[in-house]
Amino acid sequence: MAETVASLSEERIAYLEGLVSQARIAAAVFTQYTQEDVDRIVKPMVLAGLEQAQYLARLAIEETRLGVVEDKALKNMVATEFVYNYIKDKRTVGAIREFPERGVVEVAEPIGVIFSLTPITNPTSTVLFKCIMAIKTRNAVIFSPHPSAGHCCYEAVRIMYEAAVKHGAPEGVFTCLESQTLQDNAYLMRHKDVGLIDATGGPGMVKAAYSSGKPALGVGPGNTPVYLEKTADLNMAVVDIITSKTFDNGTICASEQTVVIDDEIYDSVLQKFSELGAHICNEKETELLGRTVIDPKTGYMQPMAVGQKATDIARMVGLSVKPKTKLLIAPIQGVGPEHPLSVEKLFPVLAVYRAKSVNEALTVCVDVNHAGGIGHTAVIFSRNDEIIQKFGEVMNAGRIIVNSPGSIGALGGVYNDMVPTFSFGCGTGGGNSTTDNVNVYNYLNIKRVARRTQAHMWFRVPNQIYFNMNAVENVRHFPSRSTIIITNPAMEQIGHVDTVRRHIPPETLVHVSVIPDAEPEVKVVMQGVEALNFYKADQIIALGGGSVIDAAKIMKLKYESPEADLEELAAPFLDLRKRVIQYPTEKVAQARLIAISTTSGTGSEVTPFAVLTDKEHGRKVTLADYSLSPDVAIVDPQFVMSMPKGLTADTGIDCLTHALEAGVSIFASPYTDSNAMQAIRMVFKFLPIAYEHPQDEEARTMMHNAACIAAIAFSNAAVGVNHALAHAFGARFGVAHGRANALMLPHVIAFNAGVPTKFMPSPNQRGYIAHKKYAMVADLLGLGGQTIDEKVKNLVAATEQLLDRLAIPRSIADLGISKEEFERAMPDLVKIAFDDPSWRSNPRMPLLSELGELFWSAYRGRSLPTVAKAPQPQTAEEWSCV
Amino acid sequence: MTMNAEWIEIDGERVVQGLQAARETLDTAQGDVVLDFSSVRRIDPNALRAMEKLAGLADGKTVKVVLRGVNVDIYKVLKLVKLTSRFSFLA
Repeated sequence: MAETVASLSEERIAYLEGLVSQARIAAAVFTQYTQEDVDRIVKPMVLAGLEQAQYLARLAIEETRLGVVEDKALKNMVATEFVYNYIKDKRTVGAIREFPERGVVEVAEPIGVIFSLTPITNPTSTVLFKCIMAIKTRNAVIFSPHPSAGHCCYEAVRIMYEAAVKHGAPEGVFTCLESQTLQDNAYLMRHKDVGLIDATGGPGMVKAAYSSGKPALGVGPGNTPVYLEKTADLNMAVVDIITSKTFDNGTICASEQTVVIDDEIYDSVLQKFSELGAHICNEKETELLGRTVIDPKTGYMQPMAVGQKATDIARMVGLSVKPKTKLLIAPIQGVGPEHPLSVEKLFPVLAVYRAKSVNEALTVCVDVNHAGGIGHTAVIFSRNDEIIQKFGEVMNAGRIIVNSPGSIGALGGVYNDMVPTFSFGCGTGGGNSTTDNVNVYNYLNIKRVARRTQAHMWFRVPNQIYFNMNAVENVRHFPSRSTIIITNPAMEQIGHVDTVRRHIPPETLVHVSVIPDAEPEVKVVMQGVEALNFYKADQIIALGGGSVIDAAKIMKLKYESPEADLEELAAPFLDLRKRVIQYPTEKVAQARLIAISTTSGTGSEVTPFAVLTDKEHGRKVTLADYSLSPDVAIVDPQFVMSMPKGLTADTGIDCLTHALEAGVSIFASPYTDSNAMQAIRMVFKFLPIAYEHPQDEEARTMMHNAACIAAIAFSNAAVGVNHALAHAFGARFGVAHGRANALMLPHVIAFNAGVPTKFMPSPNQRGYIAHKKYAMVADLLGLGGQTIDEKVKNLVAATEQLLDRLAIPRSIADLGISKEEFERAMPDLVKIAFDDPSWRSNPRMPLLSELGELFWSAYRGRSLPTVAKAPQPQTAEEWSCV
Repeated sequence: MTMNAEWIEIDGERVVQGLQAARETLDTAQGDVVLDFSSVRRIDPNALRAMEKLAGLADGKTVKVVLRGVNVDIYKVLKLVKLTSRFSFLA
């Protein structure tokens, strides 16, 4: 190709450059036009094309000697009137489509200069079509017609151009090479100012277009298979096929090439063809025909036959046919080089094949489809929807035409509601980027203006929550035939199990299942499921801390949906609403889960989470789904009155961490904020009292409620990087979860309040607000401070003071972990913390290095100065930050 | 922009003529030539060709051609035909 361009004379290059320059200026000027301007131009162009349809048809026939003048005129009319009917109300300028519910607007951008190659078979109709499309989309076109159709195409371009410019189109919007060479095409295809090549024509031209490196719409050859199935309306089918195959003497590339006919109807179909003017070739005639109209060397059709009448072809071959013969029908026994007539024949010669079964018919159609027609067109005549469906699945064709003529059907808008076109996209099978019936939208760059949308959020809590002293009495309101209490040994020893049993209605069969007081194992869960099945339980009461309640959640899941694959359900996800794995909804059993918490920290009685230890594989499985949430939560402080001081402190700080992390989470909402803020206030006020005066009923009640309220917040807003760090550290050094959280907490507040090195994508928030949220907490706690920075520092200091008061070690070093040991663990700690999903809702995205820094800060312990408390009014402005 | 700039207001209805006048001014201008496009809503191919000529003429002189008040639609047209780099623009 490069050599051919190099052989152009300077004079010729200047000529071609002139054409491009003219088109480029026109295209640039055209960008200023409005939709109304464009529509004012298109209509008179269409009318001009209609008026000159016969004139252009005559010119085409005189010049190309192909086809039928009446049909060419009809094609010119379809290319104008039908196309106009389709595009007249289409928006092609500015905003062309709006999707308000998605906040997306599609905006049209013209391509600029289009270099368009047009074929010999449909010369003027293709030009008319492309001119109308170009004006409708504000593009300029340089036409390069087939060398044997130059004059008629030039005339078609002239007619369109004059009508367009007369009604306001920019001068130079269409130009046409009256005579062209391959060198001209090569030069223009590679020109920097050509935006798109629209190549309708032979395989060589299309290949050249694709090889140019420019975006191209290339429409190549077809080889349309037709399946004439036995349930079809045979009279209609035969007439449609003849109509199509003889239309313009078969020059439309979507026309029928091989008809595969079911055995049962084969003879009667051929009889009908014969009665309507087709000549059925015998074996010898078929052989002769194949040898004459198909080039034996290339396997392609002979150009001399293209667009000729059936009688003329018969004469070429030496067949004796009736004078008004419309079509030559040649029975073939297969597809491929041994059967030359199984290829594309753009003239009224049709191959037919007798199929003994549906499968054989479909198989032969696939063969024909793949013998030069991939991506183009296929046709079926049938009343059997299943077979039509199957045909659609196995054919690789952009257009699958049902019970209609192939050629006219594929053009669209006549026999069906497809987009009208004179350019058939053939998909990747045809080396094309589209399978569309090419139309205006293929002549546009479509831009999407996407407005920020606010994702739907949620706030989900268990159906019923009973709280305050003796709330456990409400168990009696839940009728049950068979109840299993899942608990741990301590609850039984203390007598809490008996307390619960007293409130269960006497008619209920109660079984107690005691499990170890540790994160539940698979084995323990499956034993519980066995018990549920054995007792045909309709109610589960989980009495214990987080581990017991988590175990009960998973037992319920496996009891109701035995097929649930825990490993699969634990698959990672980023957004609960878009997760890949869905929890089972079909249930073979149903049991109510009542969760009675005996610690004031995890809030598992209301959360949709459960953690399982898989000892066999040495890992933890975290499950998260709202279907895991207990049906009923009972928050009765009588079960926590005897909690040891250390546990009170650790679980209380776990609760505070839940609330603070939910408060600054990227999923925080006014709904979760109200819970988070309330829980924080309750913890700061009542945790020291509950710690120092364990029998203080009010403090215990408020802390038990605070844990539940904080859990409601983080069930909906999630936690953050504090939990990721604590999970990694706690697991490595065997430190209780609440204590591990406590060691990280002041450092995480300071970290989140700083300017992030990397922002976390958070479509639900406007700007970075974590520091403002912390300041709001400080205000809520009355910590004082004049600026946001001071308030954050005061919150950190208050947290430190709270931890001191609870006698929680203030650094990892205080736990007796040596620096060397910690240093050795650091790579694993960072990796595990980074793999933890908790930080994905953190407001600040932690870098790996930052995770390491946070661990080291926690190792060293307190380092932040305490800011003196100063009175600070809580202004509306300060609150408005959320 | 120099202090002794020539100021030419381009009539939106007679853009080509205005640009012709600008070309003549280039021959005698001492400093910048400012073409005020504030009243030009749209340009046609003839105007665009005239601007190409003007840019070509200015390239051969030391005169800077400044376009003032060019609306964004016209600016985009100039951008498409790669003329923006050959003029200066003033809001």
